[in-house]
Amino acid sequence: MVGIITYGAYIPRYRIKVEEIARVWGGNAAEITGGLGVIEKAVPDYDEDTATFAVEATRSALCRRIVDPKEIKAIYVGSESHPYAVKPTSVTVGEAIGATPVMTAADYEFACKAGTAGIQTAMGLVGAGMMNYAIAIGADTAQGAPGDALEYTAAAGGAAYVIGNDDPIAVISHTCSFSTDTPDFWRREGADYPRHGGRFSGEPGYFKHVIGAAKMMLADMGTKPSDYDYAVFHQPNAKFPQKAAARLGFSQDQIKTGLLVSRLGNTYSGAVPLGLAAVLDVAKPGDKIFITSYGSGSGSDAFDITVTDAIHDKIDRSRGPTVDAMLADAKYLDYAVYARHKGKIKT
Amino acid sequence: MVGTKCKTCGKVFFPPRSVCPHCRRNGKIVEYKCSGKGEVLTFSVIHSASDQYAAMKPYVLAIVELEEGTRMTTQIICEPEEVYIGMPVKSVFRVLDREGTEGIIHYGTKFVPNLA
Ligand SMILES: [Zn+2]
Repeated sequence: MVGIITYGAYIPRYRIKVEEIARVWGGNAAEITGGLGVIEKAVPDYDEDTATFAVEATRSALCRRIVDPKEIKAIYVGSESHPYAVKPTSVTVGEAIGATPVMTAADYEFACKAGTAGIQTAMGLVGAGMMNYAIAIGADTAQGAPGDALEYTAAAGGAAYVIGNDDPIAVISHTCSFSTDTPDFWRREGADYPRHGGRFSGEPGYFKHVIGAAKMMLADMGTKPSDYDYAVFHQPNAKFPQKAAARLGFSQDQIKTGLLVSRLGNTYSGAVPLGLAAVLDVAKPGDKIFITSYGSGSGSDAFDITVTDAIHDKIDRSRGPTVDAMLADAKYLDYAVYARHKGKIKT
Repeated sequence: MVGTKCKTCGKVFFPPRSVCPHCRRNGKIVEYKCSGKGEVLTFSVIHSASDQYAAMKPYVLAIVELEEGTRMTTQIICEPEEVYIGMPVKSVFRVLDREGTEGIIHYGTKFVPNLA
């Protein structure tokens, strides 16, 4: 059965509190934090970017379980902040883990769902018997223009998944997607920061697609929300996934383990991969996980995942840092230092 | 972290070398995966830096000895007051250098404290 062989996550150490950003822009901190359900967000170091996150997450995955890098024949990195406009992040990862040169690679873009699109591609290649292992990574160092609403949540981090057939720690029983052409969020070539349709874009964007893909998954599998132990939804803020879960009939209890946005911010392509990693950090054999990502533009990918005994026998989770441990290891920045980290002020 | 090892004398090299400086022609160089763990032998705190590193200053430059015995000069990512001689460190993958806003981005190994 096709599934997850191993996984790894990476969250940079620096944080800024939403109230510190609000202070600088004269916003009402309590109102903004309450409205978004976000308290703080992860910020990259000067020498970190999507490629370094992708490499660190992948190395963590390979520390947890030995996989011969020569058997990894495909790497896909999903992000909207690839370090280069032209030159793939995926080969940087391949080189860093010793998988080059006998492999295929490509960078994916689909706003915040590029990472889950990579998992689907990896599943196809492995499922078709074209290779033993393929890696899919979702990582971002998300951009929000100074003073824009996005700046309060745009965060940094990522997670990597090795997909294969032999002894997966979690079987992916099914995946399905819901996609339409919806201009709710975009960034034109050469623009530094994305633009968005504002507060009314949630319904035709996020909710239509997340609910659409999730309902399709439940119908395809003949399951109901209560059949799952955990659910992870894309989390641009804390409100959207809570509302989507409630509308679908998932409880707040089912989503809380994978709902990281309050302490992490929105890591865009990293968000659902990191939420799933937080669940896998604590999951037991037999646990069922329901996943629905969302990428503006727009589309959602849903996954039905069941954890196997291999999570105890075939992988040593303690050999890579847990999402919770990385969230706890936080160093706080003030806005001036944060702006330098993000390159918002040229020095 | 992939370096090389001379099978003749057992020395490990990082960055990798293709010729062993001790055994020369008698050396047999093979690929060797380093643990990426080591400790700080000596360090200095850099307060003035050229343009591209200016945002990072002050930063810590150190000589690290890896478990395998090889030494390298490298940046330690930590506050200047955190570092000490003998501090255990582990390797991380970071940007080493960006050639302006339009040139190549160089990636490679730096170190962080490994206190856990
Ligand atoms: Zn030698």
